[in-house]
Amino acid sequence: MTARDGRSGPEPAVPGQRAATAADAGPAGSRTGLRPGSRRTPRTVRVVHAAAGVLAVAAFAWTLWHGLHEQAAALAFGLLVAVGELTRWGPGAMGSSRSDDREVAPLGAAGAFAYALLGHNDGHPTTHGVAQIVTVVAAAVLVGITPHVAAGRSPGLDRLARRVITTAFAAVCFQPLYNSGWFGTWADGGPYYPACVLLLLALSVVSDAVLCATLARARTGWPYGPLLRDHLRGLLGIGSAVCATGAVIALAVAAVGLWALPVFCVPLLLTQYSFRRYASIRATYRQTIASLARATEIAGYTPTGHARRVAALSRAVGRELGLSESELTVLEYAALMHDIGQLSLVDPVPDGATESLPQEEQRRIALLGSAVVRQTGVPAEVAVVVERQADPYREQPPAARIIRAVNAYEDLTGRERRPEGPLSVLEHLRLSTARDYEPRVVEALAQVVARGGDLLRTHE
Amino acid sequence: MRAVPPAARVYILCAVLAAGACAAPAFRSGAGTSWSAVLLLAALYAVCEQLTRCSFLGDRAPTGMGAFVPVLLAAAFLLPPAAAALVAIPGALAGRVDQPPAGLRRVWRAAAFAVSTCAAGWVFRELPGLSGPHAVAAADFPFALVPAGCAAIAFSAVLAALDGGVLVTAERCPARVAWHGLQPGELPPYLVHGLVGLMMAVLWRSPYGPVTSLLVLLPMYISCWVFAQYHRERAAHQATIRALVQAVDIKDRYTRGHSERVGRASVLIARELGMADDRLEVLRFAGILHDVGKLGVPTRLLRKEGPLTPEERRVIELHPEYGHEMVRGIGFLREARAAILHHHERLDGRGYPYGLAGSQIPEFARVVAVADAFDAMTSTRSYRRARPVRAAVDELKRCAGSQFDARMVGALARALDRHGWHPAVTADTHDASGLRGNVPPPRSSGDPGPLSERDAGHRPARPLHSVRRRQGGSA
Repeated sequence: MTARDGRSGPEPAVPGQRAATAADAGPAGSRTGLRPGSRRTPRTVRVVHAAAGVLAVAAFAWTLWHGLHEQAAALAFGLLVAVGELTRWGPGAMGSSRSDDREVAPLGAAGAFAYALLGHNDGHPTTHGVAQIVTVVAAAVLVGITPHVAAGRSPGLDRLARRVITTAFAAVCFQPLYNSGWFGTWADGGPYYPACVLLLLALSVVSDAVLCATLARARTGWPYGPLLRDHLRGLLGIGSAVCATGAVIALAVAAVGLWALPVFCVPLLLTQYSFRRYASIRATYRQTIASLARATEIAGYTPTGHARRVAALSRAVGRELGLSESELTVLEYAALMHDIGQLSLVDPVPDGATESLPQEEQRRIALLGSAVVRQTGVPAEVAVVVERQADPYREQPPAARIIRAVNAYEDLTGRERRPEGPLSVLEHLRLSTARDYEPRVVEALAQVVARGGDLLRTHE
Repeated sequence: MRAVPPAARVYILCAVLAAGACAAPAFRSGAGTSWSAVLLLAALYAVCEQLTRCSFLGDRAPTGMGAFVPVLLAAAFLLPPAAAALVAIPGALAGRVDQPPAGLRRVWRAAAFAVSTCAAGWVFRELPGLSGPHAVAAADFPFALVPAGCAAIAFSAVLAALDGGVLVTAERCPARVAWHGLQPGELPPYLVHGLVGLMMAVLWRSPYGPVTSLLVLLPMYISCWVFAQYHRERAAHQATIRALVQAVDIKDRYTRGHSERVGRASVLIARELGMADDRLEVLRFAGILHDVGKLGVPTRLLRKEGPLTPEERRVIELHPEYGHEMVRGIGFLREARAAILHHHERLDGRGYPYGLAGSQIPEFARVVAVADAFDAMTSTRSYRRARPVRAAVDELKRCAGSQFDARMVGALARALDRHGWHPAVTADTHDASGLRGNVPPPRSSGDPGPLSERDAGHRPARPLHSVRRRQGGSA
């Protein structure tokens, strides 16, 4: 109806927030400027893909040669995995990157694990081997993602490769032990058997997290430690539900047969559903906060896109410094709202650049801002960060240090009349590290900028 | 807190006696109760009761279940009915209660759950034509689903019936309303609980032992926990939207509470026009946020006394565009965004910002325009007194066709005739309930009372819904 409505889609994602999960960031990933490696697939990623491909092809050939054992079970589990993939929530569909919604197809993962760890079936021993497990899971995943690919969504090659490798890992750990009768000698029929199954599952899930972090590291170049920590923490949420369901399905099939499959998936489906709703309300909330942040721009207090740029750059710097996912969220919200106190001013500051105001005035605006933020129902830490943004860095919480330095960088580079560019601004910040800016933050900022964080500017 | 009426005490005493009668056979000498299983399940239930006190399965869940039903149903499937009744008692007695009188509530809950569990167990055993006392043996697995489902339905029905009784005696609800809760809509959550209970029972009986049945509860627990977070996040989100509105109120002192009232009037009109519920909700946000663009207008202009110069008027008339610019990134507002942009258009095309005419103006914008004008006329501003509702409606009718859509004006007039207009409910009271997030609205006669078991935990946090409901009921 109007020219404006054409643009009323969702905001362009803040770089970094989507890329956290997204190892499999398809076309969405290449829009964000923070990742120099996104043009070409890094070598590590190609190696992992190739390994998974070789594994799947070899398993397929083996299965073709030796034939499919216990076809009903293979079909049932294949169906489960395929349905799980079909009902995945598309990566990035919600624009959310919480560490605990990392597993986008929990049902598929649980089904694959359960098949890998399947010992007895309805009281009878099974004979399907590792190769058959890998074949069935890989084929089912391929079937499950076909409709997604047909609908133009990214196939998520990273996830596919991880699924194949992790399933093979679990099967290799379990099946030889099971087939050799080792469980039968001392663990069958008692509580030890489930304990073994759980242990193997936990091992597989942890190795999956390691693999996932490796891929993310290769794609983004972010520090490995925090990535791995976030992935491991993510396991506590949906990951543990996947583990529990995988174990329960494997054990229940052993006890009552294939009827267990549809029934025992129900709790996991519930979990997936609630995670989904949670992710969507979080995405909505982010949108609302970003809009609240734009109030200062529209009122003419700050330049267009300032809050968003500060938030994106702060997030990148925070990641560089190894903040966790929840700390990054607080940082991002605080960065979005850091100038909100200016709404209470009667006359705008020139260019919204608070950095050039006297210290007292800066603190006053920060206090006004935190008063507004406290009303908005965001976590209290956000208000604290906003309140302390103008203090000397030794008195600040870490997130406020980042925002202070990034905001100064933004204010100073944002002005037309400073042609020297980012390097001289960084130099200026370095000269003030005695009191105002923390040296570590400034160095991290310099690294982000050197890696191309400044590209953000061109994506407005 | 009102005193508990004697009738309710008698009723609860009866429930306790019934629970005692249910559980008594377990203590008979020949009953063969397996006390280790009873103790294990009772302990498990008590732990769950401590861990999870939240609603899951969404807004339609039996709200604030407060109890971990799958464990009780697993007990009903595993044990004789009398022993199963015993399982519910310690956990329910030890559980937390939110409102006084705590002791009475605990006793009531224990009795209600004991009787319900016993009934579920009895149905599971005695259902004719099914496999008898050991239906959870592995061989009958798919067929055990039927008695398990029936048992879950029995559990929910008995619980709802008992609950209705307490509403009648303690809250003096009319009986028809009190037993209104026996709706088919409440069944699916119970069926899921039954399924999970059956899974627990199957694994309990499997060669791998009771420990594995805990694994079934883990996903349930996690989804429960995520749902609690979801509700928290949702309440925070609504508080944030209210903060946006308050920010406007701070700038423009004339319009205190105006946004909330425009939201309410818009909903009145839309309900009269028979719009669907989800659109009503969006329209409510459109009304609340219609002036959010005033944040972008200099405070000096908004507070200026006396007439505005043409220049100043042009600046103020930018506010719909500013507002649209602010909210266009908020996906869930959908049509509300267009309403915010176009709420100052006139039907004859002489409005702003685009001068749209007739049906070019989005429907929501036409609704909000009428609601906005109506509230502007009927509220007191510092430069003039409020007009009576009748005069305001007449004025709207006079301008219908040129400035306003006659359909919307007519709908507003009809809605006002039917429900009246209560501007006294100011934005502040709404804000208070919104900011505190979960405070349930004052109970109208239709709401279940505080002693109600299905309501003993907290309600799902949805202040906007409840506010809307309240209007529906009282306005």
